[in-house]
Amino acid sequence: MDVEILSRIQFAFTIAFHYIYPPLSIGLGLILVIMEGLYLKTGLKIYEDMTRFWIRIFALIFGLGVATGIIMEFEFGTNWATYSKYVGDIFGSALAAEGIFAFALESGFLGILLFGWNRVSSKVHFFSTIMVFLGSMFSAVWIVVANSWQQTPAGYHIVGEGLQARAEITDFWEMVFNPSSMERLSHVWIGAFLAGAFLVLSVHAYYIRKGQHLAIAKPGFKIALAVATIFSLAQLFTGHKSADGVAKNQPAKLAALEGHYDSSAVADMYLIGWVNNQTQTTTGIKIPGGLSFILHQDFKTPVTGLNAFKPENRPSQVNAVFQFYHIMVAIGMLLIALTLYASWQWWRGKLFENKWLMGVFVWAVLLPQVANQAGWFAAEMGRQPWVVYNLLRTSDALSKAVKAEQVLVSLILFTLVYSILLVLFLYLLNKKIKHGPELTAPADEKEVEAKSIRENPIMN
Amino acid sequence: MFLGLDYNTWWFLVFGAVISGYAILDGFDLGAGALHLFLKKEESRRIALNAIGPVWDGNEVWLVIAGGALFAGFPVAYAAVFSAFYLPVMVFLIGLIWRAVAIEFRSKEPGKLWRLTWDIVYTFACVVVTFSLGLMLGNVALGIPLNEEKEFSGSMLSFFNLFSILVGITTLALFMMHGAIYLAMKTENRLYVKLTVLAKNFTIFFVVAFSLTTLYTLLYIPHLSDKIRSNPQYFIFPVIMILAIASIPRQLKRGNYRLAFLFSSITIASLLIAVAVEVFPYLLYASNDPANSITIDNAASSAKTMKTLLIIALIGTPLVATYTAFVFWTFKGKVKLDEMSY
Repeated sequence: MDVEILSRIQFAFTIAFHYIYPPLSIGLGLILVIMEGLYLKTGLKIYEDMTRFWIRIFALIFGLGVATGIIMEFEFGTNWATYSKYVGDIFGSALAAEGIFAFALESGFLGILLFGWNRVSSKVHFFSTIMVFLGSMFSAVWIVVANSWQQTPAGYHIVGEGLQARAEITDFWEMVFNPSSMERLSHVWIGAFLAGAFLVLSVHAYYIRKGQHLAIAKPGFKIALAVATIFSLAQLFTGHKSADGVAKNQPAKLAALEGHYDSSAVADMYLIGWVNNQTQTTTGIKIPGGLSFILHQDFKTPVTGLNAFKPENRPSQVNAVFQFYHIMVAIGMLLIALTLYASWQWWRGKLFENKWLMGVFVWAVLLPQVANQAGWFAAEMGRQPWVVYNLLRTSDALSKAVKAEQVLVSLILFTLVYSILLVLFLYLLNKKIKHGPELTAPADEKEVEAKSIRENPIMN
Repeated sequence: MFLGLDYNTWWFLVFGAVISGYAILDGFDLGAGALHLFLKKEESRRIALNAIGPVWDGNEVWLVIAGGALFAGFPVAYAAVFSAFYLPVMVFLIGLIWRAVAIEFRSKEPGKLWRLTWDIVYTFACVVVTFSLGLMLGNVALGIPLNEEKEFSGSMLSFFNLFSILVGITTLALFMMHGAIYLAMKTENRLYVKLTVLAKNFTIFFVVAFSLTTLYTLLYIPHLSDKIRSNPQYFIFPVIMILAIASIPRQLKRGNYRLAFLFSSITIASLLIAVAVEVFPYLLYASNDPANSITIDNAASSAKTMKTLLIIALIGTPLVATYTAFVFWTFKGKVKLDEMSY
């Protein structure tokens, strides 16, 4: 294997592994803000107990996010030196802003969030929780802005030629608000909220099935279900906006997402399918003209297909892009169905009677994770062969000083280290969940629940 | 231009300040980790971990900011340095991963073997991170071969030269001294007494390593002392450095660990300043052909980006300073273990 494919595998592997954790931190951050806010508002012990329980899990997840995240910042320089020189003027200011505004904020207040419960007043602690949450939201802003600039460059001009060429910024705000950054940011944020909410749902559903810690498990489940329902629905809108944006700004990617080859023809939408890039055919269950309708509200409008682009200017892994995209969409629909059904059961007052529904929620934690990963794979593979869309090819972006053997060594190292980390993470997470929250609230759940319903509107 | 200096020089100063901040702040975490195994009792090790527990993560962010600052302001240097030091950087980063997870995982199981394993991983990771940091710094100060496209054109093995190894050992000694002083400041009773002894020993270790490195530099690497020799006004930097180093054992003897910590922080900063004075305006000196060197001018981003960066730094620095101070203030005083501790 050559240095290009090895570097791509290494980058994909390290970023995909890293991306297990930050969405969970962002989503859990939101849930922690809600739980601790309810504790401050009502003074009920159950909210204190559940907040403290989830802080412990948050610590573990955040720790792994930090440990695996620091690699990413340096991997641009180590493996993609030409890319770094090309985009440094633009990407660099986003990254610097991220470090100083986002990471410093979240890591600074993290100490108080984790260790400050007995050291500061409950209001200062709540403030720290909010700051950690905001810090993690801001980190997403700058990273998504930088990545979106690679998808839809704006606010720049090119200086120099050939190997010396690089992009220079002409308008900072035009770069920040490039055509795809806001719709992709909202999509990423909501994906993160769902990842966090479904983790909480899973753990609480597990307790409810086992009949453990019910005083906390039930109200906590409802908080997370409310978050999950709202954002599953909202994700439909941001997803649709993103697809519209891709159609407008990256037509080759859009064509790959639906396996659409004809350079200008009515485009179908597949529920499930398979793309053969050799024969340029896509087979599966489809809605004829569906893609045309989604984009133009008309079943007859033609959509630009892959053949409108030269083979060297369009993605070659069309089937992979197609599959990742369809996995993401299918999971999105599944999450809507699941959360709506559960909310309906909640409204009927029968939410916790359904053992199998709780069983589904225990495992549903994997769904947003898979969808988040699949969505990113579709977005990044769909951008190929460009690392910066229509400006810089991935194959031109490498570090010339780095040899394939070196990348192979580091890739093997990362594979080993991350495998151990994943096993340890799952082991410790499982252990914390089995151990459960430390209860200081009265054990009688009926009494607690009755009180919560009286005092708190969200419980009704 | 801003206050009489051009943007590139300003950004060089900002970058230097961030690197110094990182070395001072994460320096004591890494030092505390490197000496961790010298602490024998379980409770001592827990107290030492909790002394850095609430702050190490915030300290590591300075490295992220430094990386971002280099990427943004001097992308050519960022690209050249990290692709040149490919494997040392990977070892350094993987060391940081193990440091982070060792702190996080150690307390999660009560078993003796589990904890001992993580103690060893932790110490080993901190030693590797610190040494590789020093090794890379030594090579940057020395210069490395660069081709006309300003990318590394030498062999990885050349990084293990005597000078850079000496710098690596000196960095390790410096951080261990710094970490021991920090821990002495945060502990009491018998652990405190033990740490005062360790702090003294590591100070001796540092002074020996530092003297050897300095001697070697003066004898064999003239280009790292040229500028201070030919500009008497720069003589102030080595003077401050020597005074700070000399003050550390004095304060240790008096038992004033706060002042000792201040002086070891000044030592770190002044060492970096001395290196910066010597290398400026080079960011990476090409040892094969000086014409291929990377300077603050040929590596810099556009003037517009430099201006944006300075604005970001001007807004961000007071914010970061405020909440860093707030966090340190919240956890001031001697470490007390409670149910949320590691």
